[in-house]
Amino acid sequence: MYQWVSLLSLWAIPVTISFVLLYGWRKQVPVYEAFVDGAKGGLTTTIRILPHLIAMMVAVTMFRESGALELLLGLIRPLLDALHFPEELVPLALLRPLTGTGSLAIATDLIAQYGPDSFLGRLAATMQGSTDTTLYVLTVYFGAVGIRNSAYALKVGLWSDLAGVIFSLLVVSYVFS
Amino acid sequence: MLNIIWLALIVVSIVVAAINGKINVVNQAAFEGAKTGVTVCFGLLSILAFWMGLMRIAERSGLLELLARVLSPIIRLLFPDVPNGHPAIGYILSNMSANLLGLGNAATPMGLKAMEELQKLNPNKHVASPAMCTLLAINTASITIIPTTMIAIRMQYGSASPVEIVGTTLLSSFGATIVALLLDRWYRYRHAKRHR
Repeated sequence: MYQWVSLLSLWAIPVTISFVLLYGWRKQVPVYEAFVDGAKGGLTTTIRILPHLIAMMVAVTMFRESGALELLLGLIRPLLDALHFPEELVPLALLRPLTGTGSLAIATDLIAQYGPDSFLGRLAATMQGSTDTTLYVLTVYFGAVGIRNSAYALKVGLWSDLAGVIFSLLVVSYVFS
Repeated sequence: MLNIIWLALIVVSIVVAAINGKINVVNQAAFEGAKTGVTVCFGLLSILAFWMGLMRIAERSGLLELLARVLSPIIRLLFPDVPNGHPAIGYILSNMSANLLGLGNAATPMGLKAMEELQKLNPNKHVASPAMCTLLAINTASITIIPTTMIAIRMQYGSASPVEIVGTTLLSSFGATIVALLLDRWYRYRHAKRHR
């Protein structure tokens, strides 16, 4: 099973690249010119996203470094204890919607500390895999097209992150106990 | 909503830092964060340019259109307000399949192209349309078939079976996606009622 999966993830990108190129070539698309033209679009998009990313990263970094994150964790701790949610995983759950690299670092740290095959290690890996960096996705996607009012998108994203955390806890507890 | 969250993050940080006597840390953090923003953006530039280049080939060869036609029933259900055969559909589909395979890097450029196409259909250019919110919901909850990064990290730390979290991740991300889509429907319905 593992060999099959790693083989698939290894081959997915080369196969996609060669398929798109060969299909384009067969349909007589000038592949080099088309590629360069599309890549140019990547440059303008990046420049459009840059101010949004700077704004978000400043706020998130300040929040983490000032000790405000720890304070928030302390405030909601009684609630988590009541729900039997493992305290060690709270920073991961809270940081996940804010920063992808930050939460990945926490998940890696948890796996290193408790071992990949412990309950906490498995839960950290599952949580990291089944939620997403909602604030980052929102910033980048809406920033790129100049949307200022995100309507109800943020609410949906944050609630589904919470659902991902809860499902992870339920599924991992059920499967590995 | 984003305005309030952003403001709150910064103001609360400064107040907490002042109380803790760590105001210099917060000064540093502000510029450190800005720097991270630039670094992340540069990292994104190479990936975006590469995939957008490849996507242009797929677009010109008609590959995207073909993909869109095959999977249009699913899209019509999720995005009822996107016209049949619109270029947005091809991009939405490539974004979804890249997410499914855990190719996060490849998913972003395709999602951005999809957003650009949806923006063309959007009557109010500063407010997200329902279709844009649905695309975002799918992206933030995304069903993951192969959590590549996590498997790699588990391998690195000597797990006896690095892939045993594939099943649990699939199940819980599937659950999260269902919740996201239901919430999206609910808010879309309320949104439509209010703006009629």
